[in-house]
Amino acid sequence: MKSLITRRKSLLVAASAAIALSLSACGGGGSSTTPPVASASFEAGTTMAKLSEAKTIKIGTKFDQPLFGQKGLDGKPVGFDVEIGKAIAAKLGIAADKIEWVETVSQNRESFIEQGRVDLVIATYTINDARKEKVSFAGPYYEAGQALLVNKDDNSITKPEDVKGKKVCSVTGSTPAKTIAEKYGAEVVPAATYTACLEPLRNKQVVAVTTDNVILAGYVDKEPDAFKLASDQTFTKEPYGIGLKKDDTVFRNWINDQLEGFAKDGTYKKAWEATAGKVIKTAPELPAINRY
Amino acid sequence: MDAVIASLPEYWDGFLRTLYLSVISGIIALVVGTLLAAMRVSPVAALRGFSMFYVEVARNTPLTIIFFFAAIVLPRLGVKFEQFEVAAIIALSSYTAAFIAEAVRSGVNSVPVGQAEAARSVGMTFTQVLGFIVLPQAVRTVVPPLINILIALVKNSSVAGAFFVLELFGYGRQLSNDYGNQVLWILLGVAFFYLLITVPLGLLAHFVERKVAIAR
Repeated sequence: MKSLITRRKSLLVAASAAIALSLSACGGGGSSTTPPVASASFEAGTTMAKLSEAKTIKIGTKFDQPLFGQKGLDGKPVGFDVEIGKAIAAKLGIAADKIEWVETVSQNRESFIEQGRVDLVIATYTINDARKEKVSFAGPYYEAGQALLVNKDDNSITKPEDVKGKKVCSVTGSTPAKTIAEKYGAEVVPAATYTACLEPLRNKQVVAVTTDNVILAGYVDKEPDAFKLASDQTFTKEPYGIGLKKDDTVFRNWINDQLEGFAKDGTYKKAWEATAGKVIKTAPELPAINRY
Repeated sequence: MDAVIASLPEYWDGFLRTLYLSVISGIIALVVGTLLAAMRVSPVAALRGFSMFYVEVARNTPLTIIFFFAAIVLPRLGVKFEQFEVAAIIALSSYTAAFIAEAVRSGVNSVPVGQAEAARSVGMTFTQVLGFIVLPQAVRTVVPPLINILIALVKNSSVAGAFFVLELFGYGRQLSNDYGNQVLWILLGVAFFYLLITVPLGLLAHFVERKVAIAR
């Protein structure tokens, strides 16, 4: 009976600790990095004028990409993509709580833009030519790239050349798997998903897991005591852009201007530090905007 | 279709690995399964109990979970393998052995009690009774179910593709990534290579059955 009481007590302690933790987490998230809402006026007929008039914007982002776009139990997505979205909305005179966040997964991003179900897509969205046929891209606002995830206590691997002849886990047939095998001579252990690679890494059956640094940083964020990025440097380039309706050049140019503005006034750096910067320490410079 | 032809080297590599997993696991499972069946009918209560426990646990646990234990939990406990194929063989053979044990046991039950009694009456030990009199007759009656289990083993080996082994199914996944527009052909190709192993096994079953069948 006594043990039951103590157990209840410890449960209570654990519960209150959890509440305190979640409260403090809320407090942390509340520190807004977004600039104050601007009172802007735009030329009639532009997309900016329309959105600014409507006082709301639909932004597509990922809900399952930690540090970039992730929706927690409170229903509010957080991450670097989300911060960029908030900053752009603020420049349109739209408050952060008036943004309608829409989940866009990799397969539906183009069609959501084409159908007008979202005004913008900021969702770890790599700019490439096939996609440019359907949508237009502002940016890039960030350049992701392939990196290596290693065990926390492993200091022997800092660059891709270090895994030559060693076992590295990646998804069967994926581009990162090919790069690490063909260019750097690693022995690839094929997995069905990147998450499946974590256990062999933990068991030291492979020395590293490789894919985009953005995905790997998400794993480090979840288990900072077990894993780390081998280095902040990446060895391929995946420019992330902001997707919008094809050939809305005025809107695209305007977003590009805003991005350059964010880099100058520090919004960009602050957004990074509050989100992905917790894992990827080197703050990125805004890549050269591609005004095509 | 051209994706399949262009990828024949990958298919061949995957085919050989599937064959390798199936043959090695099949041999281990046959030996272990027969041992388990012998334990099940032995006069020693502890052996009977162990065999029953093992068979019930192994054949009632989903194969994916057994794979998970072999490939991920065992290394965590300190049992590490250089190659993931070893984990796959452990999982496949320990799972299949349970089914083989049950099939062989049913064969043993089909041998008339008089056979064993007669053997004992001429002074044979338990091992001799089982090895010379009962098992040879038992195995002959259970050739079809044994081959069924081996065919299932070949197909079950595809689970290894999800646990870091590049066999037929693993290559199927890689090729579907490479040729996203020809997934149907890729998978038909994979199925064809499985049939290349399993159909001959089925024919072998017919043949062996006719050769060794005993009329009772």
